[in-house]
Amino acid sequence: MKKFRISPPLAALILAIVLFLLSGLLPNGYGSDVDVAIAQATNILRLSVFLGVIAAGQTLVIISGSEGIDLSAGSVVTLSAILTYVMVSGQNDKVLLALLVALIVGAIIGFLNGVGVTFLKISPFVMTLGMSGVVTGLIIIINHGNVSGKVAPIMTQLIARPLVFGIPGAIIIWAIFGTLMWLLLERTTFGKNLFAIGVNRTTAKLSGVNVTWMNLAAYSLAGALAGFGGFLVVGNTGVVFIALGQPFLFPSIAAVAVGGTLLSGGKGSYWGTMAGAIVLTLITSLLTTMQMPESVRRMVLGGTLLLLVSIYGRQKALRQ
Amino acid sequence: MRRSPWESWLAKYPALFAMIFLVIAISVNLILQPNLFEGDTLNSNMRVFLPMIILAVGQAVVILSGGIDISVGGIVSIVNAILATRVGLEGSPEKMWQFVFISILVGVGAGALNGFFISVLRLQPIITTYASGFLFAGIALFILPQPGGGIPSDISALYRTTRPLGLPLAFYIIGVLLLAWWYIRSSRYGRFIYAVGGKAEAAYETAVPVTLVQFSTYVISGLMAALSGIAITMLVGSGNAEIGSQMTLNSITAVVIGGTAMSGGIGGVVGPIIGAITLGLIQNIISFANIDTWWTTFVNASIIVAALAAPGLVSLFGRRRS
Repeated sequence: MKKFRISPPLAALILAIVLFLLSGLLPNGYGSDVDVAIAQATNILRLSVFLGVIAAGQTLVIISGSEGIDLSAGSVVTLSAILTYVMVSGQNDKVLLALLVALIVGAIIGFLNGVGVTFLKISPFVMTLGMSGVVTGLIIIINHGNVSGKVAPIMTQLIARPLVFGIPGAIIIWAIFGTLMWLLLERTTFGKNLFAIGVNRTTAKLSGVNVTWMNLAAYSLAGALAGFGGFLVVGNTGVVFIALGQPFLFPSIAAVAVGGTLLSGGKGSYWGTMAGAIVLTLITSLLTTMQMPESVRRMVLGGTLLLLVSIYGRQKALRQ
Repeated sequence: MRRSPWESWLAKYPALFAMIFLVIAISVNLILQPNLFEGDTLNSNMRVFLPMIILAVGQAVVILSGGIDISVGGIVSIVNAILATRVGLEGSPEKMWQFVFISILVGVGAGALNGFFISVLRLQPIITTYASGFLFAGIALFILPQPGGGIPSDISALYRTTRPLGLPLAFYIIGVLLLAWWYIRSSRYGRFIYAVGGKAEAAYETAVPVTLVQFSTYVISGLMAALSGIAITMLVGSGNAEIGSQMTLNSITAVVIGGTAMSGGIGGVVGPIIGAITLGLIQNIISFANIDTWWTTFVNASIIVAALAAPGLVSLFGRRRS
C-alpha cells in the first residue's frame, strides 16, 4: 500500500496559510479587507525573519546529530544585540564593524560550546544551557543596569522599513540568507558532511569525514548565526533589554521541528525551518491578538513541540 | 562498547570525585564561615540545600536508567504555585497538608506524562522533557501570574526550625532517601534500572521490562520534584512561578559532579546528594566572598560549566597519559 505523503516543509507552509486564513476570522482580524490582509501577511513574514535567522543556527546543530541543540542561542542574541547597540551608537559607518563583532562574538561562544561537546563529551543540551547562563552573566556585567547606545538609521532603513515595492528589507535579507543556507546545506562538502555525521558518526568517520572539526564548525557557525540574529533584532526593535533574545529560544527549536528536521539529526532542510518560523510567528502573534497572557503562550508552545515530537520524533521500537 | 578511563574509574568509585569536591568546598567554606558546623549554621545551610538534594536524587534515578528530565524545574514551579495560591498565608494546617498531598499527586502525574511520552511513545527524553517543562512552567505561571501568596508562617517554621535530637531535619530526610535507595538498589527493580541504563536493547532481550522501568523512573523523578517543590515552598514561605527555572540545570550538575555518568548505568544516588551539597556550599562561598553583585550570575554559571567540564577534563588527560 502506498501512502499519500507530503513533505514536512510543505505541510508546514500549508499550516501557515491555514492559520493565517483562520486569523482573519478573529473579531479583531482583517475580515474581508484584502489590502489589510496583505499588509498583515507582510508584517507576519517580516517578524518571522528574526526567528528564521536564529533558527538557522539551530537547524545546523540539530542536523549534526548526537542530540545536538543550542540552548545558548537566546542569550547570544541578546549579547550581540547589546554589543551592536553600544558600538553603532547611531553612526552609519560603524554598522559593518558592529556586524562583524556580532558574528565573531557569536562564533566564539559557539566554538566554546563545540569544545565542551566535542572534547569534554558534555551533553549538548547541558553544555549550551550552562553556556546560556554564562552569557547571561556577561550580559549583566556589560549592561550594568542599562547601556547607552542607539541603532544607526541605515539599519532601521534596511531592516524595519519597506525597501522595494513595499517589501520590507528584512524579507529580502531573509530570501538571500535562505538561498545561502540552501547552498551551504545542499551544494557544499560541509553540508554533505553535516548530514553524514548526523546520520551516523562512526560511518561518517570511516568515510573520511573529520567529525571533530565538523562538530566544532557546526556549533561555531550556529553561534555566529545567533549573533547575526541579534544584529537583525536590534535593527528592528531599536532598543535593547536583558530579556530580548530569550523569547526566541524555544520557538527556534520548535520551528526546526515544525519544518520536519529530525531532532535526532541527519535529516532536514532550511526551507522547512523557514516555514516553521512563519508558523511559530503566526501562533505567537495570534495569541497576542487574542490577548492571551505569557502563561498561555508558553503552554501552547510547549504543547505544540510535544505534539510535533510525537509525530516526527519516534525512535525505533525495542523489539526488532 | 569500550568505556573511557573516566567511566571505568567511576564504575569503581562512583562517589569519590564528589567527595574530593565536597572536601574542597567545605574547607574553603570553613575559612569564610568558621562556625559552619555549629547547630544553627548547619541547620540554616542544610534547609537551604535540601530542595536541591531531593531534586538531584530524582534526576539521578532518571539519568541512571539512561534518560534525563529537563522538566523538573517546571514541576517545582507548579507545586510552589499551587501551595502559594491555594493554601495562602492564613491557611489552616489541614489545608496545607491537603494541598501537599495534591502537590505530590500533581508531581507524580507530571512524571507519568513524561514517562508515557518517553517509554510508550518512545520519544527522545531530552526534547520531550524540555517541551513538557516549558508546558509546566506555563501552567505554573497561569496559576500564579505574579509572585505572591504563601503558606502559613508556623508551617514554614516547622520546616525551618525542627531539629529532632539537635540535628537538622534535612539529615533525617537524607537518611530516609538513602535507606529507600539502598532498598531499591538491592531489589530486582534496582538491577533493572542499571540494566536499562547500561544498554536498553540488551536489557530488553534479557526480559527486563524496559518500558515499565523507564516509565517508573520518570514517575519517581516527578515525585521527587514535587517533594522538592514542597520543601522549597516551606523554606521561602511564598510563591513565585519562576522559582524552579534555575533548578533544572543545577540538579543535572549535581548528578554529574556526583559521579553518575550521563550515559546511564553507572553511579548511584549518594554521589548526587554530595554533589547537591557541594553546589550549595559553592553558592555559600560566592555570597561570602563579597563578589560584586553584577558579577554573581557570571561567576555562578561559570562554576556550573566548570563542574560539568571536570569529568571530561579528567577523562581527556587520562587518555593522553595512557
